[in-house]
Amino acid sequence: MNTVIRLESVGKKYRLRHQQAVHYQTLREVIGRTWKGLGSRLVRRQGQKRMTREDFWALQDISFEIRQGERLGIIGRNGAGKSTLLKLLSRITSPTAGRILLKGRVGSLLEVGTGFHPELTGRENIFLNGAILGMGRSEIRRKLDEIVAFAEVDRFLDMPVKRYSSGMYVRLAFAVAAHLDSDILLIDEVLAVGDMGFQRKCIEKMEKISSGEGTTILFVSHNMSLISSLCSRAILLNAGRIESAGDVASTIRAYSVDISTRSSIDMTQLPHYGTREHIFTRRLSLFNAEKIPCSTFVMGMPMVAQIEFACLKRIKDVEVGLKISSINHAAIHYFSSSWEGLKQDLEPGIYVYEVTIPEILLFPGQYILGTWILRDGCWSDDHVQGITAIEVLGRDITGNFARHKIKNTFEKYAHSGGEVYLPSRWRFWRGE
Amino acid sequence: MTESPNEPFDLVIEPRQSIGHFWRELWNYRELFYYLSWRDVLVRYKQTLVGVLWSVLRPLLTMLVFTFIFGRLAKLPAEGIPYPALVFCGMLPWHFFSGTLSESSNSLVGNANLISKIYFPRLIVPVSTLLVGLVDFLISFVILLGLLGWYGLWPDWHWLALPFFLLLAAGAALGAGLWFAAWNVKYRDFRYVIPFVVQFGLYVSPVGFSSTIMPAPWRLLYALNPMVGAIDGFRWALSGGRTAIDPQTLLISTAVALFLLVSGLAHFRRMEREFADVI
Repeated sequence: MNTVIRLESVGKKYRLRHQQAVHYQTLREVIGRTWKGLGSRLVRRQGQKRMTREDFWALQDISFEIRQGERLGIIGRNGAGKSTLLKLLSRITSPTAGRILLKGRVGSLLEVGTGFHPELTGRENIFLNGAILGMGRSEIRRKLDEIVAFAEVDRFLDMPVKRYSSGMYVRLAFAVAAHLDSDILLIDEVLAVGDMGFQRKCIEKMEKISSGEGTTILFVSHNMSLISSLCSRAILLNAGRIESAGDVASTIRAYSVDISTRSSIDMTQLPHYGTREHIFTRRLSLFNAEKIPCSTFVMGMPMVAQIEFACLKRIKDVEVGLKISSINHAAIHYFSSSWEGLKQDLEPGIYVYEVTIPEILLFPGQYILGTWILRDGCWSDDHVQGITAIEVLGRDITGNFARHKIKNTFEKYAHSGGEVYLPSRWRFWRGE
Repeated sequence: MTESPNEPFDLVIEPRQSIGHFWRELWNYRELFYYLSWRDVLVRYKQTLVGVLWSVLRPLLTMLVFTFIFGRLAKLPAEGIPYPALVFCGMLPWHFFSGTLSESSNSLVGNANLISKIYFPRLIVPVSTLLVGLVDFLISFVILLGLLGWYGLWPDWHWLALPFFLLLAAGAALGAGLWFAAWNVKYRDFRYVIPFVVQFGLYVSPVGFSSTIMPAPWRLLYALNPMVGAIDGFRWALSGGRTAIDPQTLLISTAVALFLLVSGLAHFRRMEREFADVI
């Protein structure tokens, strides 16, 4: 397989203007600023605020290569430069430094339904959007049926898309882009909008075009389970630089360590329930087995949570609990200190309770954490829901990160409602 | 897909170089010209009461007002053809010019979401407004045919020159439109400048009157407005040579239009690299 994308120390610099809130400028401002600049140059010196311009490198010194048919995941926090990278590769904007070499037709889906016109019908939008993406009329006509079938909008094809549900809209937009005969496909977080069933369909489609037709795919997402199920390789961007690159598992692990800020949540600003006369929960911190702050966990691996609270008055029989809910806020697991024999009397002060869950038995996906604290064995004094979400990644039975069919099965079950995995033992024999 | 491993890449993106293979890409995306203008035409009269009738009403009403003011009240000379015909022959290229100019100037900003999310040759956006203007032009042209027939002015060989004058108006409109469109991305002042230019242009172009009323010493200066040549030409061709046309005027107007077009194109290409960043 040969290299189809090569980046050689690519950088992208933006010029930030701090003064105005609007992102476009008017002539008067340009003229005015020149004068003001002159004035402030005279007045400054006494540590005045520097105004106007600052160079900001959205990307810096990015070098990597991608071979044909590879599926590369790009992960990183908001503002790490992921979308800028895709914009450079799709030539929407040009780099400030370095160079990019590409081979083949580049198709991009950076936003759902870009170029769709709400007044036009589904059919008209397929042609319009196809043309914007670079498809010829005959090519679109040839694929029309396939696109419509994939998007499941056949009955609404001649209805203006402004009357479409958002799901239909997303499906149609993705369908057009996915049927573009591109050699390189760039996708930015667009699947986040679709429902689970459609996400799966898209993933399958991408796997198909990648392995079948040799399309190279670059995929940006915050959804680690999507990344790990689709991609063969990943890079982690941080503040415009490549922080880690390699196989998906290790890159995601690097990322989950990297997002440590989200693994420790200041709860003082969150809505609390209960009387809170005696106790106020202040912070929830999450760690992996090695005690590294972390909010992404692997199926079957440990999770450690620390709940920090202020005890305001002397109280008896304190029970601290941690709750895991599904993304729809349906409770799945309760972990209670009193069940495990910890039911303490406390003097006023700050306390940290730590709970270790030896194995996370949840299917891949996102789950929500909550805490509660009871006093005197029954009074609910402080109760907080939806503190943060954790991401659970799948793995196969042998204990590695799964990229086998088996993990797709996990996800299928998770999406259809069953969230809890319990290990079981199987054997079989031939009957009479 | 069995290239040798060291086969060269198709595309090299570097900071200073303008993006891509310009003309070849325009050709590859040629259908987008059609689709963008098709979209604008389709969408234009959605949710309007009388729809396409607006394309008919607008020139008709303007013609009536101009005939009344310039022909009746000001009693300007009609150059041997009926005054309504004189006005309509001037209005046809003028509306094409002003419509295309304002549409193309605002086209990039109006399609900001496209420009910041998808790559395609940016030039297609302003150029496709030409086709939209052409549709209006053709509708008006049918009305004009009726009007000329009513006054007994039938087509003759002079009409063969019409495409040239149409090109002249198109070149001037697109040239100015490219300048404004690119500036508009960066400085939204041009949103306010353009309506003013169009309104002002209506009075300094011989739309409601014949350019023969301009004193002779001023003619050459007047011809710097490329629409003077285009409008005079339209009138000359449509009236079967009954109105005057000054070759010098035509030459100057054509040169100005050509200059606008070439410089506009160069300006646009210089600016297009940062469109997505500042729009």
